[in-house]
Amino acid sequence: MDSNTLIKFEDVSFRYESDSDTPNPLALEHLNLEIKNGEFVAVLGHNGSGKSTVAKLANAIAVPESGKITVAGMDTSDESKEYDIRQNVGVVMQNPDNQIVATIVEEDVAFGPENLGVDPDEIRKRVDEALKAVGMYEYRFHEPHKLSGGQKQRVAIAGIIAMRTRCIILDEPTAMLDPSGRRDVMNVMLKLNKEMGITVVFITHFMEEAIKADRVVIMDSGKKVADGTPVEVFANEKLITDCGLEMPPAAVLAKKLRDDNINLGGDILSADDFIASFEKYMSGEAVK
Amino acid sequence: MIKDITIGQYFPGNSVVHKLDPRIKIVLTVFMIAELFVCKNFYSLALACSFSVFAVLISKISIRLIMKGMKSIAIIIVFTSLLQIFYNDKGTVLLEWWKIKITSSGLCTSAFMIVRIMALIFVSSLLTYTTSPTALTDGIERLLSPLNYIKIPVHTLAMMMTIALRFIPTLIDEIEKITDSQKARGADLETGGLVQRAKALVPVFVPLFVNSFRRAYELAFAMECRCYTGGEGRTRMKKFKLCARDYLSLVIVVLVLAGIIVLNYFFKAVI
Repeated sequence: MDSNTLIKFEDVSFRYESDSDTPNPLALEHLNLEIKNGEFVAVLGHNGSGKSTVAKLANAIAVPESGKITVAGMDTSDESKEYDIRQNVGVVMQNPDNQIVATIVEEDVAFGPENLGVDPDEIRKRVDEALKAVGMYEYRFHEPHKLSGGQKQRVAIAGIIAMRTRCIILDEPTAMLDPSGRRDVMNVMLKLNKEMGITVVFITHFMEEAIKADRVVIMDSGKKVADGTPVEVFANEKLITDCGLEMPPAAVLAKKLRDDNINLGGDILSADDFIASFEKYMSGEAVK
Repeated sequence: MIKDITIGQYFPGNSVVHKLDPRIKIVLTVFMIAELFVCKNFYSLALACSFSVFAVLISKISIRLIMKGMKSIAIIIVFTSLLQIFYNDKGTVLLEWWKIKITSSGLCTSAFMIVRIMALIFVSSLLTYTTSPTALTDGIERLLSPLNYIKIPVHTLAMMMTIALRFIPTLIDEIEKITDSQKARGADLETGGLVQRAKALVPVFVPLFVNSFRRAYELAFAMECRCYTGGEGRTRMKKFKLCARDYLSLVIVVLVLAGIIVLNYFFKAVI
């Protein structure tokens, strides 16, 4: 196996248990996916596309019906390795209220390392570092229920960092947040990825977030339908709309201009890309 | 309404009382409650009460705040004191009307009860006001840890308490949201008799319970993700170490207890 691979899904199929006699449809169908160390991968897909299932499987909370998942070389179906796997891969969920255990911010961040049996002095150090890394150090003595959604989510992220996991999977962490909270969470994750080399799997349905990733994976009804850099993936507009997703607004605007014979050139995905290309275009026009 | 309850809240501070080790604080509280129950006459009660007030004063928690918390149990205080007045027929009769007899000893015990209950609230709210819920549950867990030997899952109980405390504000917020949304759908929660109003709460509590179960499921998932396996092999970030002030406070409380026993011995019992 490639030593650089952190998480590997090989021909994985999975279905949720059903309450009735008829089995549920497959949530994942023959999925092959590889996450490398240090990558920032965005997983896109509309509701029910199987993107959240990926998080549960990679964390050994659920085991695949068929196929094999390895995390840092460990098979997730091996129960004795369950907690070793979770030390490698941490999960942050959508609702920040339901994943904070303690009544004080720093106590909550300490929860993971405490479970791992880390020495008290070392926990103290890790908690302070983790809170500083997500910019919540000043709030360490606050009560979590008094924080905003974005702040709670950053506390949850700090709780995972304090466990020193190599990879963080975020399952729609921004779905319940306002725009500024969304921005904060995304910026924190980009920073952790760059500065600490933490592998990030960002499951989302916000295009603005996906385009900031190194790699975008699109899921549709349990299958992987696209995998590549944001520019490559968003080049196929038909696929994006077929999957029930929307193109990033800046790309839509650039396309509309192109239809009107104003070709800005370059790959435009974010507002910044658009502004840069537009300025270049305007200065070009001025020369003409 | 729910938000007015101050019992069980924590007010951060920097006083000696705040800094005491939570284990010691729990033991001290138990001692002080015991002191209040040991009192047999007004002299010993006065000593116990003044010590409780003294403890509140050095904690810098405002007495007005504790008084506010007492409002919620005013009914209990009034009820107990009335019972004492009506059911005590010893002593000289001061007033007799139909079957009701008010005696001097009845008034005395009733006054005694009022003071005692109020002092009890002083002491117990002092514990929760000056100790963070986490420190409190930690303290309880560590104090009770010997019970592990007789197979009582102390850690599990402490964890349940922590989670309950953590979710109280969340659930209160949720009750308010559900109440508002049911009102927006035309639910009438404020008029009608007691039974009618109790019935009107059903549409508030059903979604609350359903949501709580979903929350519990998600929380369990999150805890598993963070490698929670129960108490075994778990370390704690906060280290507890007893220092001079912990021992000193223990000595003082024991001395007060001794003083109360002496006063009980020297003066006539009222109760």
